[in-house]
Amino acid sequence: MVEYRIDRRSGVATYLQIVQQTKHALRLGLLEPGDRLPTAREVVAATAINPNTVLKAYRELEREGLVEARRGLGTFVRRSLGPATADSAPLRDDLAAWTKRAKESGLERDDVSALFTSVLDDLYPFGGDHR
Amino acid sequence: MTDIAIEAETLGRRYSRLLPRRRVNWALRDCSFSLPAGRVCAVVGPNGAGKSTLLSLAAGLARPTEGTIRVLGQGPGDVRERLAHVAQNKPLHGQLTVIDTLRLGHALNPARWDQATAERIVAQGDLDPTATVRSLSGGQRTRVALALALGKRPELLLLDEPMADLDPLARHQLMGELMAEAAEHGTTVVMSSHVIAELEGSCDHLLLIRRGRVRLQGELEDVLASHTLVTGPADASLDGHTVIESRTTGRQITALVRPAGPLPEAHEASTPTLEELVLSYLREPAA
Repeated sequence: MVEYRIDRRSGVATYLQIVQQTKHALRLGLLEPGDRLPTAREVVAATAINPNTVLKAYRELEREGLVEARRGLGTFVRRSLGPATADSAPLRDDLAAWTKRAKESGLERDDVSALFTSVLDDLYPFGGDHR
Repeated sequence: MTDIAIEAETLGRRYSRLLPRRRVNWALRDCSFSLPAGRVCAVVGPNGAGKSTLLSLAAGLARPTEGTIRVLGQGPGDVRERLAHVAQNKPLHGQLTVIDTLRLGHALNPARWDQATAERIVAQGDLDPTATVRSLSGGQRTRVALALALGKRPELLLLDEPMADLDPLARHQLMGELMAEAAEHGTTVVMSSHVIAELEGSCDHLLLIRRGRVRLQGELEDVLASHTLVTGPADASLDGHTVIESRTTGRQITALVRPAGPLPEAHEASTPTLEELVLSYLREPAA
């Protein structure tokens, strides 16, 4: 079971925070196929957000084929998202080498982060998960 | 269940107290709105705007001076057992204990009473159930009043400033309880509050009242999407757009507008938060 943490000041729509945190749990293996997501009642009792927001998030996850709603039973995980580490090791090495170069050339942490985000935004223009 | 929780048409309420120089005191006037069932509606507005008057008209505690209000498809007086109203001053019997207060709730609502919910809400508060209501703190009394209201298992919950005297944990718990109630039973919740940040995220419908009139209403998402917060050079024109409120600082203007089309390019535009929207409407100069 996952527990959602809602940040009302993050600027990210609340339903997207739930979508993102669910995906994160799927990537980390905290949620596996067959697991039940918390009910809307459970989520709103813990977070005090509007129930429709939870339903909207679950509909989005369902649309992406990650979960399925079973009438009267709840919402269940259909498939997991592969852990990001397995086949991405070479990519990670590349990124580590690049980050090291950035550091050596005197960039601060914030500069690197801004640079990375700007390239990320260029290459993923619709920002999928962003807003 | 009906689809419309509250429907008001040219609703007005005048207080008949004698006022100096025959001034007529309308607490609420010409209010027309319709609130679909199952919504969590925020009622916001400055002090004295008429929020409490509206809630007590909906609860059937006061009669309209003009216009009509229908609640759950009927007159407010005919649906008393299907609605719960928690007034700002949390009226309870001071000499009763907490347990006896819940017992009274049960006796008055034998058909619908949900003892488990009422007890859970009281138990979360870490208060002595054998204490008299009079000996409780303001926040504890609020908790008992909400336990009583939720125990009634109402279809419509009218809450006047419910969170005002609660500590942060109690606010979060009780807001969570309210949302859980709405999730499970489709309860319509109407709540007035001045703490806008608290309403954001919980409410999906907005009723903004100013000087006794409804200034803005609708589904929160639509209301926010129809407004834009712009910053830009003060000399660029916003003509043609409805400007709710604007402030000029040096060469820069910040304004909340309802755009009637594309905005000038020189402006930076963003969707307002609920708090920004409400503040702009409250600052808006009187028409």
